[in-house]
Amino acid sequence: MSGVRVLVGTRKGAFVLTADGKREKWEVSGPHFAGWEIYHVKGSPADPNRLYASQSSGWFGQQIQRSKDGGNTWEPVGNKFVYEGVPGTHQWYDGTPHPWEFKRVWHLEPSLSDPDTVYAGIEDAAMFRTTDGGANWNELPGLRGHGSGPHWSPGAGGMCLHTIILDPKNPARMFIAISAAGAFRTDDGGKSWKPINKGLRSEQIPDPNAEVGHCVHRIAMHRSRPNTLFMQKHWDVMRSDDAGDSWREVSGNLPTDFGFPIDVHAHEPETVYVVPITSDSYHYPPDGKLRVYRSKTGGGEWEPLSKGLPQKDCYVNVLRDAMAVDSLDTCGVYFGTTGGQVYASADSGNSWMPIVRDLPAVLSVEVQTLQ
Amino acid sequence: MIRVVLPTHLRLLAGVQGEVEVTLTGPATCAAVLDVLETRFPMLRGAIRDHVTHKRRPFVRFFACEKDLSHEGPDAPLPEAVVTGSEPLLVVGAMAGG
Repeated sequence: MSGVRVLVGTRKGAFVLTADGKREKWEVSGPHFAGWEIYHVKGSPADPNRLYASQSSGWFGQQIQRSKDGGNTWEPVGNKFVYEGVPGTHQWYDGTPHPWEFKRVWHLEPSLSDPDTVYAGIEDAAMFRTTDGGANWNELPGLRGHGSGPHWSPGAGGMCLHTIILDPKNPARMFIAISAAGAFRTDDGGKSWKPINKGLRSEQIPDPNAEVGHCVHRIAMHRSRPNTLFMQKHWDVMRSDDAGDSWREVSGNLPTDFGFPIDVHAHEPETVYVVPITSDSYHYPPDGKLRVYRSKTGGGEWEPLSKGLPQKDCYVNVLRDAMAVDSLDTCGVYFGTTGGQVYASADSGNSWMPIVRDLPAVLSVEVQTLQ
Repeated sequence: MIRVVLPTHLRLLAGVQGEVEVTLTGPATCAAVLDVLETRFPMLRGAIRDHVTHKRRPFVRFFACEKDLSHEGPDAPLPEAVVTGSEPLLVVGAMAGG
């Protein structure tokens, strides 16, 4: 019988939430790695029982954990992330050069075809890859070596490479995003990269054609249309239909164009979800109402989805990696909040229910659809 | 034989309970103890000191015999009481908020 496994990373450990295809009754496993920050947990599309987790601590640094049995047991694997060559400098908040320093792994993206190959997005922004199940990690230096690296600067959350999207139709093509450098694409398996930020507008950047410096929060793609990308930027929801070569705004009637996550319906490539958040220093939902917004037109026209979500006195945030969809016949949508709730919708967002209410602040949510 | 007490998080990470006993063949220093620890428990590499520079992580400290050894330098001789095993070497996660 089909089911789902929701992988949740929090400020104080990882949790694995499981249910059958009805998605009504849930079992909660965890905390795994209690007390550690778990920025991301993700399963391999090639082997659903192979999971990887990014475990970090201000005291004891970075660990990578691997599970071969769907999260029942874990083993630490390689945690050495050393930049290729002389790291050089990027731009600090005050505009001065600042040495590149490894801080943590934000995002782990397993290969679509090989459970031993995983890409890692790290802070300070760079991309690493393992081809031996996490034992060894090597940088793909062409990204930082693109030439604009010395001009990249951190966003408020650090200079993190937080989004990695693998093109399901073209193994040589990948998309990544960095706060606050922007989005980049490789067409040769990560050897070389080009910035793909044309059309983005960022208030602090007077040059509308600036190649880098854009605070991209998250990018999403539907696997049937890899040339169409949706982006939640610091301001504006954007869309590209040419693999990022150009972008246009599709914020439309959203109550605020600020937010972090964005995702696409599993079966409807023009159905997109965002969670509008009040900017800039507030970072909570407008009017204290937690609402997911859905567009069935690929952006531009958005409808609020609030059934089952708190509609008063709600002041949580939903972070960039904390939304995901399953691929059951009726697409399920999931998101986690900084208040520790993980909400699920088994009907494409029409109604919601909390799976759990009182976890530590949720950093990431991923979903596996199990057969 | 040197007795090492790891903080809870690192004991869980390494899968050990209680103290870890370390036998050295050369001079008894903090660096030598960590070399042996990291060989036996590879997951501790990078968790106490940097992978490459071997610089102590900022919020990790070393104590023994009621003294803070954190600034003694990695190659400084450990106290005799630690070398003989009558006192443990404590690896401590600093109290630093959170």
